[in-house]
Amino acid sequence: MWSWVAHRVTGVLIFFFLFVHVLDTSLVRVSPEAYDEVVATYKTPLVALLEYGLVAAILFHALNGLRVIAVDFWSKGTRYQKQMLWAVVGVWVVLMIGALYPVLGHAARELFGS
Amino acid sequence: MSNNTVKTDTTASGIGPVEEAGASPYSADNPAPVIEPPRKRTKKTGRATRGNFELYAWLFMRLSGVVLVVLVIGHLLVQLVLDGGVQKVGFAFVAGRWASPFWQVWDLLMLWLAMLHGTIGLRTIINDYAERANTRVWLKGLLYTATVFTILLGTLVIFTFDPNIR
Repeated sequence: MWSWVAHRVTGVLIFFFLFVHVLDTSLVRVSPEAYDEVVATYKTPLVALLEYGLVAAILFHALNGLRVIAVDFWSKGTRYQKQMLWAVVGVWVVLMIGALYPVLGHAARELFGS
Repeated sequence: MSNNTVKTDTTASGIGPVEEAGASPYSADNPAPVIEPPRKRTKKTGRATRGNFELYAWLFMRLSGVVLVVLVIGHLLVQLVLDGGVQKVGFAFVAGRWASPFWQVWDLLMLWLAMLHGTIGLRTIINDYAERANTRVWLKGLLYTATVFTILLGTLVIFTFDPNIR
């Protein structure tokens, strides 16, 4: 039940981000300066943290979505749905640890010096 | 009771004279009254179903979901992880990527699939939580307007991108 709630919440968050993301990317049709100015805010430590949250939401939604597909289409899907949820959480934790340095490394260097 | 009613003899066998004789009290000149079957669809009941939209929407969520896993995680790797992460992103980086039809098609496909996937998802959520019919109509109207606007804007930007805008 909680995986279902989390799937909805992450889905809505990703959709709203997507809407804003298409708008900010559209600035490439305005001018290079306008685009680079907005992207510069994406490189600040605070937004880097939000980006890490976005990656967390996307990875959970992707992994749990594959689990939903397995439950729907795999004949043994419902029997192993709980084990698959633990697999989702496990892979998610590993990927999130892996994303720590690439996504937050530059923010840490800026905040605490290199 | 019509005048076609046949008086039933109370015989010991329990079989009335009609069944026994095998003769019908009705004929071509004297047809049996028509009884309309229950739940028969008439002109007043409207169309039988609204088509298979819900089935196709359900299937689309799963098919587009699988494709999006590849497209979006690839996008995250390119934008946030590889080659200096988010720090390298800028107008020049976008221009370099969209010089290749491969990335144009990648981004276009990702835009369309993600927007439709998200719109169908939000439609389900609106249907689930907005209890008043009026609220549902307005929220979904807003949702579809935002979807059409975003898909058209994004498509236009990808196709009309000009690296020499300045």
